[in-house]
Amino acid sequence: MSALLEVSGVSVSFDGFRAINNLSFNIGAAELRAVIGPNGAGKTTFMDIVTGKTRPDEGQVLWGAESRSLLKMNEAQIARAGIGRKFQRPTVFEDQSVTENLTMALKANRNPFAVLGWKPSAASGGRVADLAAEVGLADHLARKAGELSHGQKQWLEIGMLLAQEPRLLLVDEPAAGMTLAEREQTTALLVRLAQTRAVVVVEHDMDFVRRLNCKVTVLHQGSVLAEGSLDHVTRNPDVIEVYLGR
Amino acid sequence: MTRKPFILRNPSVLVVLAALAVFTAAVTLLSQAYGTGAIPTSMVKVLGKTLCLALAAVAMDLVWGYLGILSLGQMAFFALGGYMIGQWLMYARTETIVAASLANNPIPPTAQELQEAVANQIFGVVGSSDLPLVWSFAHSLTAQLVLVVAVPGLLALVFGWLAFRSRVNGVYLSILTQAMTLALALWLFQNDSGFRGNNGLSGLQNIPGLEGVSQASLSVWFLWASAAALAAFYVLAAWLVSGKCGSVIRAIRDDETRVRFLGYPVEGFKLVVFTLAAMITAVAGALYYPQAGIINPAELMPIASIYLAVWVAIGGRGRLYGAMIGAIVVSLLSSWFTGGRAPDLHLPGYVVSWVDWWQVALGLGFVLVTLFAPKGIAGVFDRLAGWRPPARHGRDLGPDQGSLKEQEARA
Repeated sequence: MSALLEVSGVSVSFDGFRAINNLSFNIGAAELRAVIGPNGAGKTTFMDIVTGKTRPDEGQVLWGAESRSLLKMNEAQIARAGIGRKFQRPTVFEDQSVTENLTMALKANRNPFAVLGWKPSAASGGRVADLAAEVGLADHLARKAGELSHGQKQWLEIGMLLAQEPRLLLVDEPAAGMTLAEREQTTALLVRLAQTRAVVVVEHDMDFVRRLNCKVTVLHQGSVLAEGSLDHVTRNPDVIEVYLGR
Repeated sequence: MTRKPFILRNPSVLVVLAALAVFTAAVTLLSQAYGTGAIPTSMVKVLGKTLCLALAAVAMDLVWGYLGILSLGQMAFFALGGYMIGQWLMYARTETIVAASLANNPIPPTAQELQEAVANQIFGVVGSSDLPLVWSFAHSLTAQLVLVVAVPGLLALVFGWLAFRSRVNGVYLSILTQAMTLALALWLFQNDSGFRGNNGLSGLQNIPGLEGVSQASLSVWFLWASAAALAAFYVLAAWLVSGKCGSVIRAIRDDETRVRFLGYPVEGFKLVVFTLAAMITAVAGALYYPQAGIINPAELMPIASIYLAVWVAIGGRGRLYGAMIGAIVVSLLSSWFTGGRAPDLHLPGYVVSWVDWWQVALGLGFVLVTLFAPKGIAGVFDRLAGWRPPARHGRDLGPDQGSLKEQEARA
């Protein structure tokens, strides 16, 4: 299986602190992967590097069949190339309605002049309605995102991610702030999405990771400590020592 | 999905256009040239200039209220527009006068001699008699009209590209814009920069080719032109901030990083809006200075741009009509209070003379509006229309009790 994203030998330091140390990571075009690790293991920095927010000191990040380097692209170009990111705290545009939030995220030409000439069509309206229904916000289309509850904002952000139609989804702690029922819904959604695209989930919650039932990568001090099924990595003595044993 | 026409989706645009039309018609019918004469020509000029300031405020609101860039250099574009049209006004009028006086000579002057005489007439005041390079197109109205939008547009484009590309934001960007207008003012103050130094350009109220038309009529014509420009650009601005583009612009104001992760080229959007606003401001300036009659580099000092920001803040940021109302109300009040016509306030033991105290009152008003009515005058209209933002103060209760905010949980 050829990799969709190939991170190799990446290192980055902040003021002498090595946040990522010779990290290598691959994910296929339709794969679900959970990334776990203690606080400070470099999970968020890893996402920052892939999405262009942080430039690594060394190493390579290659994307897609043509193996384009993501290091030469800015955040917006990487997002347009097909990498979507869900932040830990829900970040939606609180001053705008659910419809406006979703419409902005819809896959379309992002050029300022193209956006200026963009008009809502039956297709775009239908797509927004479908997305809202999928994340349970069909009755809230006209409400401002700021009025939604924490869980609903999480869902709206997931809806916006889906609207972007990314080929790789990076999801930071999706279950935070969700009820048990919502967690199950999220699990089902992520598993279903991973059938057609790559999904990387960063999570603390072991029960949640177990429910995802996928390959797990354990990060520690900025590099990969172990990789494999959850049962496999939880039996690894190193992993028990640095993470689970605490 | 049926879509209502633009005007029906934005009823406030219709109200603004109607109010503007009624105002213009009323002033015309009360003017000395076309009506009863109840409004003196000087007052017509003040009103026409006020409409130009309102247009500059609308552009400022695009940049500040919608895009979130507190630009303290907007009046640089305003004055540049004025300088560009002023070059033609001054050159063409001087040419007419010089040609008339040289016509009495036994030998008619050559084109070369005529130009030298014009240059001598214009630049004698700064001790020069050559026409500077920057006046190369001053003889052509068409060229100078193009320059009215091209020069400020290019300045905004280059400045914006440098600043936005380096991701300069917030107060640092404000300081940069202020430095830009100050640097430009200091450059223009120099005699050898080619714009007559601190004398500026004068006699702009005399329109070449319209010598037979009285100032009373001209003032009304300029009022019409200013009102038409305000109406046209108001509609353009309202269209820009409606729909998906408006969504993206406001999103950049609220969380620019998130917009990048949606794939939008944030710098491109900023550049488009900033440049467009600069060009609108320049058109406003080009209409303002022929009514004012004179322009000098003091008009570019940062304080002018800060006033513009104060008007927009008092009128209400993020509402185009708010910015317009703020500029009209505050600038008219300012000229009334500082014009010496406002009656003094007799307090026991002290007489408040408004000429001295108006600045203090305006400053106090600005602070009070910022603290207690951040939506400004436009907030009143919002209140009437029932557009109140949901009162969801307090922090999220966080992931675990996620669905409520502090205050809702208490209720």
